[in-house]
Amino acid sequence: MTTEALIAAVDSADSPAALVEAVAALSAARTEAAIPTLIRVLGFNNPGAAVAAVRGLVQLGDVAVMPLLDRLDGYNYGARAWAIRALAEIGDPRSLEVLVAAAADFSLSVRRAAVRGLGFIEWDKLPPEAMAAAKGRSRQTLLAACDDPEWVVRYAAIVALEKLGKDVTLDGIRSRLETLATTDDTLAVRARAQVALD
Amino acid sequence: MNRDTDFSSAPSLTIDRAIANLQQTEDTGDRYYAAWWLGRFRVRDRAAIEALIAALEDTTDRSPDGGYPLRRNAAKALGKLGDRAAVSPLIECLHCDDYYVRESAAQALEQLGDRAAISPLLRLLEGGVEAAVRVPGKPYLVQPYEAAIEALGTIGATEAITEIEPFLAHSVEKVQYAAARALFQLTGKVEYGDRLVAALTGPKLQSRRAALLDLGAIGYEGAAEAIAKTFAENSLKLISLKGILEAHLERNDNAQIDDRAVEMMALMDSLL
Repeated sequence: MTTEALIAAVDSADSPAALVEAVAALSAARTEAAIPTLIRVLGFNNPGAAVAAVRGLVQLGDVAVMPLLDRLDGYNYGARAWAIRALAEIGDPRSLEVLVAAAADFSLSVRRAAVRGLGFIEWDKLPPEAMAAAKGRSRQTLLAACDDPEWVVRYAAIVALEKLGKDVTLDGIRSRLETLATTDDTLAVRARAQVALD
Repeated sequence: MNRDTDFSSAPSLTIDRAIANLQQTEDTGDRYYAAWWLGRFRVRDRAAIEALIAALEDTTDRSPDGGYPLRRNAAKALGKLGDRAAVSPLIECLHCDDYYVRESAAQALEQLGDRAAISPLLRLLEGGVEAAVRVPGKPYLVQPYEAAIEALGTIGATEAITEIEPFLAHSVEKVQYAAARALFQLTGKVEYGDRLVAALTGPKLQSRRAALLDLGAIGYEGAAEAIAKTFAENSLKLISLKGILEAHLERNDNAQIDDRAVEMMALMDSLL
């Protein structure tokens, strides 16, 4: 099928299951021309289709970053969560400020995705002189996220700090993880912090 | 489904203010909110518990369909507060003519976990599957079967196994799942857990969501990989896996983190 036909199939899908299939097929085509449609799907309130669209966008990688960032303000909250999830998984440093802002979003699923993403940015894409400041910004945001009222955001912060801490030795990460491992009120959070320390 | 919670917009109350709001009868909105607030912020003061128990018999706050909104909220709050003094009054609520009060009371009794609730809850199942039909013109069945069956499972009512078993074949999926969930808790047999796992690949999103939450609630380890692959929101899959991880850790000595726990966390990491 041509890309046009794959896009038409997404627009004419007549059931949630048909939509998921059509989006998966469009994602599998791995073509830049699919990007606007895949981004549109993020707002359809169909989690299966959104998962397939995010997968497609993440596989396309760098070329999807600017289209995602450019449309971010127009998204509803559900779509925003999926878009940030895509940006977080792509890990392009151009997303850094968007992820920092999203780490304080009112929606916990947006905070969760953004916080996770801050640990997995491809820092090597930055010029060497910009790297330390960018990592510091990420670290500062993640340490704050360790105090989030939602367990899943704290959990995501641990996963991100674990990755960031492997990248480079940054002040404060280990002691913060030690505190979470012993004093957090959620067992799953304590356990994940312990694994990050081991 | 948006499970995000936003309390920053909630008017802040003090404990005294909330109790006073609950005890006055002029403003039903303030009473309703106060009942929720006391539960949300786990206010376990004697005065709060007594005011909430009194609210279970409120007759002033009525919905257009004849329901008792304040009673529903008070029952929910009492479930969160964990005070056994609420058990008897909540059991009385199982006879209320408002379906939603009966449902909230059954859920609260599940949270309180008192075996005194077993017989009254079992009475809701009287007549079995044949009697468990929809109320004409309403979106619910004649009794809150789902809540009652789940409560019996959580309370550990092994004497209810025979009565619960037929509900595996009820026409409403959520009732089937409640039965599978309870029977897993009461017997530990994997066949019941596997029924819920099978539901994760069903065609309806609502049903997959219900099965995810049930599996997390019972901590059925065999479901972890299937949960991660389910077509549904990651938020729900994470809640489900958290339940399974924590149940697993609690079974280990000193919550020791073994290889299986690390596998479960890797699944959770992939969903963030």
